Amino acid sequence: MAYQFSQDSEKRFQRLIPQFPSKRSLILPCLFLLQADKGFVDQEGMQYIADRIGDPVSLAHVHGVATFYTMYNKKPVGKLHIQICGNISCYLAGSDSITEHVCSKLGIKPGETTSDKKFTVDEVQCLGACGFGPVAQINDKYYENLTPESIEAILSELEKQV
Amino acid sequence: MGLKTLLTTHVGAADSHTLNHYRSVGGYESQKKALTEMTAEQIVNDVKNSGLRGRGGAGFPTGNKWGFIPKTDKPKYLICNGDEGEPGTFKDRLLIEKFPHMLIEGMVIAAKAIDSHQGYIYIRGEFHKGIRIVEEAVEEAYKAGLLGKNILGLGYDFDLAVYSGAGAYICGEESALINSLEGRRGHPRLKPPFPAVSGLYACPTVVNNVETFCNVPHIIRMTGEEYKKIGTEKSPGTRLFAVSGHVKKPGIYEVEMGTPMKELIYDICGGIKNDGTLKAVIPGGSSSPILTAEEAMTATMDYESIASLKSMLGSGAVIILSESADLVETTYRLAEFYSHESCGQCTPCREGTHWVKDLLHKIKVGEGTEKDVELIFSLSRNMEGGTTICPLADACVMAVRPTMTKFKGEFSTRLKKEVSISH
Repeated sequence: MAYQFSQDSEKRFQRLIPQFPSKRSLILPCLFLLQADKGFVDQEGMQYIADRIGDPVSLAHVHGVATFYTMYNKKPVGKLHIQICGNISCYLAGSDSITEHVCSKLGIKPGETTSDKKFTVDEVQCLGACGFGPVAQINDKYYENLTPESIEAILSELEKQV
Repeated sequence: MGLKTLLTTHVGAADSHTLNHYRSVGGYESQKKALTEMTAEQIVNDVKNSGLRGRGGAGFPTGNKWGFIPKTDKPKYLICNGDEGEPGTFKDRLLIEKFPHMLIEGMVIAAKAIDSHQGYIYIRGEFHKGIRIVEEAVEEAYKAGLLGKNILGLGYDFDLAVYSGAGAYICGEESALINSLEGRRGHPRLKPPFPAVSGLYACPTVVNNVETFCNVPHIIRMTGEEYKKIGTEKSPGTRLFAVSGHVKKPGIYEVEMGTPMKELIYDICGGIKNDGTLKAVIPGGSSSPILTAEEAMTATMDYESIASLKSMLGSGAVIILSESADLVETTYRLAEFYSHESCGQCTPCREGTHWVKDLLHKIKVGEGTEKDVELIFSLSRNMEGGTTICPLADACVMAVRPTMTKFKGEFSTRLKKEVSISH
């Protein structure tokens, strides 16, 4: 069946419409709704967004926007998306050891997903939590002041929930 | 001088983000005062008198920015920039999560000042928790009649919506943010026209940082004249400094402007981690030129002192580097950041940031030569001073060149020894 917004996304979409004088402004929020529904943004979903918003928004424009911003996953990610900050403050606090530890435990490299589709690891730019490094964002949540031991405990706890 | 709380007085209260708590400590009184007793002109003048300067990075006088809005029939838009993304910066997140109503109150007052009836709070997408908190606060404010049509029955209308960024540092630049809010790629716009004349949907627009808006209710409450007595002559008020790196107690500290940097590092933050020695300080976020330990010890935390050392107070992000820090590595990480975040519109930035990163990588792994160092300097001259639409390329240069100049030895010892052939 062709993709359409889930009930929840449809409700949010309807709430968004009156907030903007221009329909084009709906693209970024819609891409998040698509991602919430599917876990990533794909061609079918982007076409759906272009159609829902309508003229003058084309698939090409939606695609152009989606590929510009890093938070839109262009391919499926694991159930737990681990994004470890590697920028200056986190680096000074020892983020490399966190990335290495997580990657060696999971047997993957940054940018990869485990074969059971449970974990994806990414090294990302500054998450804006520099005083509490090393920091990782796992799905929607921040985990701060990490050590190799603490991240391992966090992951094994989270793994039980997925 | 030293610690002084104005914005963060109630940071310890677990429910500081709720309307109930905010009202119990005098919240929304300034909004009432502004809407009942003051004209738009009086608000602008009060903020001008306070000397408040933008807390996002550029430090532009806020009252003047508001004063640029032309009197036209076009809608005027008010935007809060909560895209906090400059490496080292993490102070707006605190305000967003702990004091969303202070932000909303500041925005309503600013709205009246510029005759705006629609505002947006743009928050970086990674701040899921902050976005949720602000959305809830906006809803609470609507229900209490503090937002929306006919606010408090006083005849002023102002609608406010929260907008999530999607992971692009460049959207912290105001014209890129506006493009993002319009549903486009986050490309900075050529200026002029400035947003005050043609911003969101080609209408007059003011974009201010979270911390800037949060100062506004306090200015209105105490009057601009009283506010100006805090801090220094040219940098009035307090500032939230986000301290990270090699200090014992990293974190966010609200201090009176003009406080010695030495006091911030050694007293407030407890000194250098592991009782090490200070090597350098990046005083205002990753794009502010690095200061040596000696320079840092003479600095005070205000715009003019840091500017006199040819750096910037910027976003208030203070990164402390001890003797143990590898400056080749940290400089490489910053160059990597700028190359990753370049939007790609302008050649000097799109190409330059990548070259600089690649050359620094070469130096870092011991493959670099003197020629590579020269090339970085030569490239940097083509990346700065108006060769690009926005200052991202300049920021990359500022993050790299001063470090390579002031800590030359650290880079040269990493260079590959040139093989000399004797005849």
